[in-house]
Amino acid sequence: MPASSPSLRILCPNGHLGFAPIKTASFRIGLDRAPDLICADSGSCDVGPGPLGADVSSSPLQWQRHDLEYMLLAARRLGVPMIVGSAADTGSNSGVDRFVGIVKDLARDHRLARFRIGYFYSGVGKDYLRRKITAGDTIDGLDGRPPLDLATLGATDRVVAMAGVHPYIELLDRGADVVIGGRSSDCAIFAAPAIRKGFPEGLAYFAGKVLECASFCAEPYAGKESVLGEITMSDFKVTALWPEQRCTTASVAAHTMYERPTPFYEHFLGGHIDMRDCRYEQYDERTTRITGPKYVRATELRAKLEGAGKLGERYVGLVGVRDPYTIENIDAVIAWARQQAAERFGTAGYELHYSVYGRDAILGALEPLKRSPSHELCVVVQAIASTQELAREVCMTGTRQMFYARLPAVKGTAGGVAFLLDEVMPASPAYRWTVNHTVRVDDPLKLFPTFITEAGV
Amino acid sequence: MTARKLSEIAKTVRSKNAGVDKITFDVIFAERADYDLVRRSGVLSRAAVCRLFGIPESRITDYVEFDPALAIKFTILRSVASGSPGDADIFGSQQYGPLLDLAVPSE
Repeated sequence: MPASSPSLRILCPNGHLGFAPIKTASFRIGLDRAPDLICADSGSCDVGPGPLGADVSSSPLQWQRHDLEYMLLAARRLGVPMIVGSAADTGSNSGVDRFVGIVKDLARDHRLARFRIGYFYSGVGKDYLRRKITAGDTIDGLDGRPPLDLATLGATDRVVAMAGVHPYIELLDRGADVVIGGRSSDCAIFAAPAIRKGFPEGLAYFAGKVLECASFCAEPYAGKESVLGEITMSDFKVTALWPEQRCTTASVAAHTMYERPTPFYEHFLGGHIDMRDCRYEQYDERTTRITGPKYVRATELRAKLEGAGKLGERYVGLVGVRDPYTIENIDAVIAWARQQAAERFGTAGYELHYSVYGRDAILGALEPLKRSPSHELCVVVQAIASTQELAREVCMTGTRQMFYARLPAVKGTAGGVAFLLDEVMPASPAYRWTVNHTVRVDDPLKLFPTFITEAGV
Repeated sequence: MTARKLSEIAKTVRSKNAGVDKITFDVIFAERADYDLVRRSGVLSRAAVCRLFGIPESRITDYVEFDPALAIKFTILRSVASGSPGDADIFGSQQYGPLLDLAVPSE
């Protein structure tokens, strides 16, 4: 299919929509450039396994509404499609419903003329995966994980699959003016409308890869500013819109490797792009032009799965240490507190974690300076157990017993540590990523049911 | 022989999750000469990175010198998945700290 127009201009106001509000000045500049679409990604697994597991959004509703309002009013005024993928951080079904609800509320509040919302879900039922495993259709692990087994699946609360371009194209074909997507590959959100219009797949996916974090592909460093991408049959150009920023060959090339293991390949449902032969040229002061990304079709369709499982309720305690001898022997102090917990609760049925700030909390075993701790430490104690009551008591034991640690040569005999608060604090329940795998699918729409609804008056 | 710290030479030194089980490190230079100097010095070689972080080479999943961005990039497997209890860097965004003080010999 030839392109119906010589180019497609996509305005992206935000990477991870909702995580922090968009800066509206550069978005307005972008609207003056006559974009053909307004697209944004709203998801990330960077927020940890908790939001997916508990099925909550890690972003405030007000910020999500703020960004969706700017995008929706502009898209309806210009009469161009608006696409948001991986709704509400996790792209779970409830996140999609939440965004569809916000768009409907906004349409009513602003008395927008009637329009179509297309949406799709990315949630995957555990029964479906159980049948796959039982039938011997291996659910392969990523990044060195073993294949998914029934026990790990059983310990999982929620699973989403990463959609490719397919449900987006399907919904645009069915006349959607606004598309709200479940969990999706970032680049697919932007690639879908371009591929649908007949632009080369390599350039389309590459455009999505560059645009999905908005102004992160420009310099100097600034988040939440808009950028404009333009795809033609032979190249892709990206322009910084905030007047302080430029898209340079270096900034765009650097962005292709951002939060990815390699700058050369990007995988998604249906294939990958090979970026080894990409050429980056400074097109004008604020614009970089890219040619050469290649699309490679997959021989087997595999969808990436993300899943999280609950470990338990959680309490947190804070412990300060200033005595140099106690600092030197902080592991013995922690061992003492663990021992007191073990004597009271046994060694199973709960977890105690100690993070020693001022020594190696952030890097753990990777810390080269762990043998030269600071003159004062903060130890963060986390206790995880099946009930809040038990988690609280384990945390209290693991925290307060550091006060009573029996170090043979300690000078201070009126309390071995300092408390900021003589209490332990409830935290969100603890989860872990149980699923980071891929599942074989025959049909790229199989896991992503699509729906059309209407909004406005 | 004089030496400068990597933080004085590189434009950007950063770390970030690459999925939930990996952390990727990017060291980016403004000038080609600086990029070449650090590459030749070997202070960011696979072996040097392993020594610095005290990890076996099998923990490094990718290692790339990426000319278009004047960047040296490597990716390691996490010992604990992002956000699991005990992980204190959910985004993986502070793991680059030890790179900043690496001494790069002048030639």
